[in-house]
Amino acid sequence: MELTENQLKLTALTDIHSQLGAKMVPFAGYLMPVSYEGINAEHETVRNGVGVFDVSHMGEFILKGQDALDLIQRVTSNDASKLIDKKVQYSCLPNDKGGIVDDLLVYRIDEKTYMLVVNASNIDKDWDWIQKYNTKGVEMHNISDKTSLLAVQGPKAVDVLQQLTDMDLRNMEYYTFDKGKFAGIDNVLVSATGYTGAGGFEVYFENKDAEHIWNKIFEAGKAYGIKPIGLGARDTLRLEMGFCLYGNDIDDTTSPIEAGLGWITKFTKEFTNSAALKAQKENGVNRKLVGFEMIDRGIPRHDYEVKNATGDVIGKVTSGTQSPSLQKAIGMAYVKPEYAREGAEIFIPVRDKALKAKVVKIPFYKK
Amino acid sequence: MNFPENLKYSKDHEWVRVEGNHAIVGITDFAQSELGDIVYVEIETEGESLEKEAVFGTVEAVKTVSDLFMPVSGKVIAVNADLTTKPESVNKDPYQGGWMVKVEMTDPSQVNQLMNAADYMKLIGVGA
Repeated sequence: MELTENQLKLTALTDIHSQLGAKMVPFAGYLMPVSYEGINAEHETVRNGVGVFDVSHMGEFILKGQDALDLIQRVTSNDASKLIDKKVQYSCLPNDKGGIVDDLLVYRIDEKTYMLVVNASNIDKDWDWIQKYNTKGVEMHNISDKTSLLAVQGPKAVDVLQQLTDMDLRNMEYYTFDKGKFAGIDNVLVSATGYTGAGGFEVYFENKDAEHIWNKIFEAGKAYGIKPIGLGARDTLRLEMGFCLYGNDIDDTTSPIEAGLGWITKFTKEFTNSAALKAQKENGVNRKLVGFEMIDRGIPRHDYEVKNATGDVIGKVTSGTQSPSLQKAIGMAYVKPEYAREGAEIFIPVRDKALKAKVVKIPFYKK
Repeated sequence: MNFPENLKYSKDHEWVRVEGNHAIVGITDFAQSELGDIVYVEIETEGESLEKEAVFGTVEAVKTVSDLFMPVSGKVIAVNADLTTKPESVNKDPYQGGWMVKVEMTDPSQVNQLMNAADYMKLIGVGA
């Protein structure tokens, strides 16, 4: 079902995006900015300078209590017992049929308090999924609707944000966070995370402070050429890094092992479907997610077929675009394991022509 | 957005500049803006005679792909070769440097069925 504009949720910053001339599109039930001045220009701003994404559509759950860690260990694939306070972990929620409910970030606020950050389109599904396993009364709060999230990304992000807080952002390690006063607002959570490979931070705060914090960040960033960035460039930036996008590269039917997420699938504990996933890891899988670049001219798109030289279908494209930083067409695809090696020749039929491509290592983009 | 008065417009967002029996064709400022950054223009119909509304090529933007439709019937007698190396001309200069094909019209009266700038602006909901 298509939602009409009035049924779409807004973020606390929707009016600001419209005033800035953003092209607004429905995304995951929200009306979100897809671009402001153009995807390529925005992409370059983040790679080389600093840009700000409103990603307030993302979902946040707080899990609190004696058994919070047990619950997280039960539903996620990574080993959350390795977390210490102020550390973040990338993980996923496997389902019991070999697929993935969602991918997510797990923040350990303290020994008994965790924040899970999930995809907007999966908020209700994830909530129900986790609740189903919550048999020991872990307190769960869905704070998604009152929480805003800005991703301030790019090599100059630290120079901009450090002006606004005493938290030590300059020495904040990747995948750690702090909570404190930011732009005069208490209890702002800042983590050294992102989805761009360009460095930078994600800043979580209450909706009521959204306009104030947005404006402060843009004031502090003025000298650094800070710009607002839409979801279009977010997609090209993440794809250049080979980061999975839920709904494209991973979904309810793809296993974390197939998706190359073995590194966040730890068999040091039992979790949903762990026995079957362990068997996959040991015995191999029938398809693997790989990166590829086009040799012939053309652009691969989600759901295009992948063929071999003799024309047999050997897989399916999950993401594809013209890479603004590399100036070539790149994509990700599930292919049969024998093609999942660097240099393997594959073909992507685009408008009835089989265009040649080759499997390459990810990330596509290296600094 | 800019919609020159001396051009004709199709509902598929192509513009036409008439020069005698020839029609120069491109996509409108609105179309390029909706598509976003254009990265590849594929036109392989040079020399072919095509009916009005037939697909004469494809334009690939970063996020999306769209077919190009003949606004009038005729033979494609030239293709803008500059677009191979500079597809971004379609975004930057849709009515001049971003032209796509030159068509020898089989029935120049078809031009009369196209819209003028004011009607096209009404179609796309831009205040005239």
